[in-house]
This record gives sequence, structure tokens and C-alpha cells, in this order.
Amino acid sequence: MLPTAIIVLREVLEASLIVGIVLAASRGAPGRGRWVAGGIAGGVLGALAVAAGAGEIASAAAGMGQELFDAAILFAAVGMLGWHNIWMSRHGREMAAEAVKLGTNVRSGERPLWALAIVVGIAVLREGSEIVLFLYGIALAGGSGGPAAMAVGGALGLAGGVAAGTAIYLGLISIPLRHLFAVTSWLVLLLAAGMASQGAAFLMQAELVPSLGANLWDTSFLLSEQSIVGKIMHTLIGYSAQPAGIQVVFYLATLVIIGGLMRLIGSGSPPQRARAPSHAPAE
Amino acid sequence: MRERVLVAALLLALFATPAKAADPQVTILLKDHQFTPQDVPVPAGVKVELIVQNQQDVMAEFESTKLHREKIVLPGAKISVFVGPLDPGRYEFFDDFHNSTRAFLVVK
Repeated sequence: MLPTAIIVLREVLEASLIVGIVLAASRGAPGRGRWVAGGIAGGVLGALAVAAGAGEIASAAAGMGQELFDAAILFAAVGMLGWHNIWMSRHGREMAAEAVKLGTNVRSGERPLWALAIVVGIAVLREGSEIVLFLYGIALAGGSGGPAAMAVGGALGLAGGVAAGTAIYLGLISIPLRHLFAVTSWLVLLLAAGMASQGAAFLMQAELVPSLGANLWDTSFLLSEQSIVGKIMHTLIGYSAQPAGIQVVFYLATLVIIGGLMRLIGSGSPPQRARAPSHAPAE
Repeated sequence: MRERVLVAALLLALFATPAKAADPQVTILLKDHQFTPQDVPVPAGVKVELIVQNQQDVMAEFESTKLHREKIVLPGAKISVFVGPLDPGRYEFFDDFHNSTRAFLVVK
């Protein structure tokens, strides 16, 4: 029961933290609940499909299918997070002002919530497929104290993981609305950089990119990546105790590219609506 | 799924340098939650293909944080993981789904 609980907790934790951040980042956006729920549901279906096709994925691309698949979905998530953040840098201030005034932002119809839903789906798919494979194997092997113990362990792990996601969500939404989107856009940026660094590790494993130094530094004595806190930091900011050079390059490049585009696009002439309170509508 | 596999195969065909037949192979067995051998001898300074065979009826994930390798090994399946060229030393690896199952690459 306990090993099952720990494995399930570990996998759920990562997806749950991402869902918590996405929910906080989309606070007040109409229909966000449906998008996020849709992302979770899609992720669960995807996890089942990936688990069922795990053998095919593993043997694809001359045995490097796992690496390429993981890298591809990680970079897709990086793109979605970046897209949402860049969009928000242009419209976020206006939306926050509206949200403070009205308690909700009514004009966010075109906001790319689908991008966040895809990120949620990818997070659930990645972690969920490992849970499915793990539990399926245990169930077949009849180990870990039988089906009842396995179910209890799985439920405990799930509850623990969801609790962590809920905690980060509640913590974030306690931030005053006028600061909330600034905080969540930083969190989303770091999340994206961390995923890019993980993606780089898979590309390196598939020998598509050089390592540029196997271990730039080693802070495993301070915070091991295998500890729960280490895992949380790994998810949230992409912490790696012994990063390869290429991971640091991808991490920094993601920060610079997404952050740069946010600045560039966010500081351009604001859209008409943003000026609406002080100017008569010109259109 | 088929498209994805196809795209992956195309990407690999485009960018990957195929492993030379000369890469030495080292086989690691995983059975009863134990790696054999416990100290896996690996030559220093050359690329090596590790072949990990999971002879258990549960899945495993071959992982090494130091070497940045993590790869699922389905029950009864085997995977290839390329490492190196490595400097002499001991490099720990483990089964991420059974954390006490650990062993070392001993690079000489």
C-alpha cells in the first residue's frame, strides 16, 4: 500500500502543482473551469492511450521513441505557456483592472485558455501514463497486498497530490488581484523554462544535442532531486541538482525568448480598449 | 499515434547520427528488484550502449540523475541507453519505481 501511495503521490504532485498554477493564472476568466476540466479529462484519456501504446512508443525511432515523445510534448507545453504569457503581457493589465472593478473579467473571450488546457492535458498525460503502467503491472503481479491495498494506496497518493495543488492555488489567490497576474506570469515563465530544460535532457539522451558539460554543478548535498521538496522545486522552477550544460542553455534561452517577447509585445502601443477609460472610443 | 511515431522516426532520421556498430555494449539485468551486476564495468573515454533487461513482471524506470538518463523499461522488455564518453569514476543509477534498487557504473 505504502509504495503505491508514494509513487502515485509523486506523479500526481507534479501535475497537480501545474493545475494549481494554471487555475490561479486564469483566475476570473470565464469558462476556465471547463477548459481546465477538459484538459484533465483529455490528459487522463491520453495517459491511458500512451500506457496502452508504451511498447510501440518505446521501440519507435530505433529505440529512442520515449525520448522523442517526451521531448515533443514538453516543448509543446513550453510553447503553450509562452503563448499564453505573451498574450497576457498585452492584455493582462487591462484585464486585471477590469477584474478589480468587476470581480471578473468579462472581455477575455479571446484569451487563449485552450493553451493552458493543453498544458494541463500534457502534465496529466505524462504523469498519468506512468501511474497507469505502474499500477497495471502491480495489479497483474498481484503484489503490494492485493487490489484493496493498492486502491487505498492509490487513493491516498492521489489525495496527497491534489492537496498540494490546492494549497498552491489557495496560496496564490490570496495575493491581491492587482499583483496576482504579475506573480503567476513569473511562475508560468519559470515553469516553461523548467520544462524546456527537461526536454533538453531527453534530446541529449536521444543524442540529438550535445551535453555541453555533463554536470555544470552539483547541489545534491543541499537539495536532492529525489526528495519531495526537490521534486516540487524541479516542477516549479526546473531545479536540477546536477544540470548538464545544454539544460542550462535551454532554460536561459526560454527565459530570454519568452520574457523578451513579453516585454516587446507588452510594451508596444496598448490595444484600444486599454485606453478606453481615459479616451472616448475612437473606432 | 502512428503520425507521432512517424514524425519521431523522421526527426531521428534527419538529425541523429546512427550509433556506430563499434560502440561497446554492456548488459544490465534487473530481476527481483536487483540489478546484476551491482558494479557494472564500463570502459572510460568511449561511448557505450547500456542494454537494460527488465526480467520482472512490473515496470521499472532506469534512471541516473548524474548521467541525466531516465527511461521506462516495460515488464519483460529491454531498452538501450547510450552513455559516455565518461571519465573514470562511479556513477549511481536506480529504478525510479523501486527506489532502493540501486547499482553503479564503474568506469575505468
